Amino acid sequence: MLAALNLRYHYGAKLILSDVSLLIRPGEVLAVIGPNGAGKSTLLHLLSGTIKPQSGEVSLDGRPLRQWRPVDLAKRRAVLPQTPLLNFPFRVLDVVLLGRSPFAGQAARQEDLRIAAAALHEADAVHLAERIYPTLSGGERQRVQLARVLTQVWPAACDTAGEGSGKHESLYLLLDEPTNNLDIAHQQTTLASARRLTDHGHGVLAVLHDPNLAAFYADRVCILKDGEIMAEGTPDTVITERNLEAAFGLRVTVMRHPGNGRAVMVPG
Amino acid sequence: MEMAVDIAQAVERQARRARFALLALTVLLLAAFFLAIGYGAVAIAPLQTLAILLDQLGLNILDGYEEVQKVVLLVIRLPRVLLGLLAGAALAVAGAALQGLFRNPLADPGLIGVSTGSALAAGAAIVFGGTLLGVLPGWVSNALLPFAAFVGGLATTLLVYRIASRDGRTEVATMLLAGIALNALAGAGIGLLVFVSDDQQLRDLQFWLLGGLGGVTWPSLFSAAPLILTPILLLLFFSRQLNALLLGEAEATHLGFDVERTKGTIVILAALTVGASVALTGVIGFIGLVVPHLVRLMIGPDHRTLLPASILLGAALLLLADLAARTIVLPAELPVGILTSCIGGPFFLWLLIRRRSLGMW
Repeated sequence: MLAALNLRYHYGAKLILSDVSLLIRPGEVLAVIGPNGAGKSTLLHLLSGTIKPQSGEVSLDGRPLRQWRPVDLAKRRAVLPQTPLLNFPFRVLDVVLLGRSPFAGQAARQEDLRIAAAALHEADAVHLAERIYPTLSGGERQRVQLARVLTQVWPAACDTAGEGSGKHESLYLLLDEPTNNLDIAHQQTTLASARRLTDHGHGVLAVLHDPNLAAFYADRVCILKDGEIMAEGTPDTVITERNLEAAFGLRVTVMRHPGNGRAVMVPG
Repeated sequence: MEMAVDIAQAVERQARRARFALLALTVLLLAAFFLAIGYGAVAIAPLQTLAILLDQLGLNILDGYEEVQKVVLLVIRLPRVLLGLLAGAALAVAGAALQGLFRNPLADPGLIGVSTGSALAAGAAIVFGGTLLGVLPGWVSNALLPFAAFVGGLATTLLVYRIASRDGRTEVATMLLAGIALNALAGAGIGLLVFVSDDQQLRDLQFWLLGGLGGVTWPSLFSAAPLILTPILLLLFFSRQLNALLLGEAEATHLGFDVERTKGTIVILAALTVGASVALTGVIGFIGLVVPHLVRLMIGPDHRTLLPASILLGAALLLLADLAARTIVLPAELPVGILTSCIGGPFFLWLLIRRRSLGMW
């Protein structure tokens, strides 16, 4: 379990997060939504260990992050960044294979290639494999980055052949606005990939903008506002007209999807 | 899994291309070595070179060389060529590593002030160290110049890096501007040294400003070689870290690398190798900028091949540039730093224009 306890983070005099506690459980997609500047990305950076809270603590399996060796942590969790910087002419395939860095010298080269190929397939980016990364469109880059992080936390149990017999440690995937730049079809496939990961007992946190995507794909939703958790629970209890209006200051109508009965929000 | 086979084939193709490029560059370096050692007032054929070198190792297999060739090769050409080899490799690999570290293909040991910082410190050692040199034992005075150049290079690198980094991110524009400012400062410092120095010191200083491989002796080469070579070899172990750093520092952390330690180590190694080579050669511009670019055009930006290929090409290019510098205006000799800048400057401009047209800035 990836757990945040009483996180407090301020940047200079500005308080970004005050007293936030959150659990990312194995086998669960947790969506974090909220208005711009609510502290969503900061929360994700704290959970990933990139930045340290001024008080409070993040722990993985009960052990504080600072006690983990970076490479051991990297074998257990991957982070999809919001704005990857890469502007050197790497091929897509090489970018995706960077996801295997924590396992250098451990897994066989063939195994790395097999996983990279499967992850590219999962992110619908196989046809991009030999393209030069900086020449891709924004949405294509996003899918390549998704393939890279999937390669890093590719669960052994996902293999069609070998069903994991012994116990395996749960992996965690942190996604910072994974649907950025994506067309509506790829928004769905991306979150469906994240969901499939939870089927194998792994945990996912996704920072999302669209409450509808949260309602469709998350097991739990958390609304962050002004650095505090405003509401948390199942999509049905959290995605409500009152909560969304309080969080975003926008009048909305929440209906039920005729097919699956999930909450659907429309403005107005 | 047909798809996996395709991917495996793509990776294998790339690996074959990289192996071929490394082989071709090795051949180029060997050719440059024999050409540089053989060409000059006393010509020495490659086989004769081989014969003399084997003779030195106690292997009297080949012969057919004259005594004068042996003297010219062992006393003049060989130390000069070895220095060219080391300095070219040092500048190129440091350039490649710094470009990766700054995620900026325009970083160069010269551009960020390392070379002029080294030269300033070495210049100060020439002018003010003279009084010390008399009392110090020989091995210390031999080590003083490389040491001063190293400290100067390291201090400038750290200063530029410190100024350009905020919140764990390095700002490209700030780095280049800080480099320019420190270059100007170091240039003023060198000007001041010129002003206060006597005739002999002036001649020595002149050498720093123009850069050249001439006049190197075995003792000075021996004292600097480990300082140049060791960091070059150590930098090769950072290729995976540098690859990950191209994604960004946070991303490299997420991939399990200790980013802060990696950055510090790479900066120190680059400053050490450049500082020590500048101590013997003076400021030689553009090798560190141009070579990694040429290699990327050939085999892509993967540091696992970029670093060794830069070492080979940097060494070969500096040997060829030095060969041209000492033969182009016979019987005089052009400082090689002028030549590399003449070639490197236009290349740099082409790079600026090309990147702008690709919208990649």
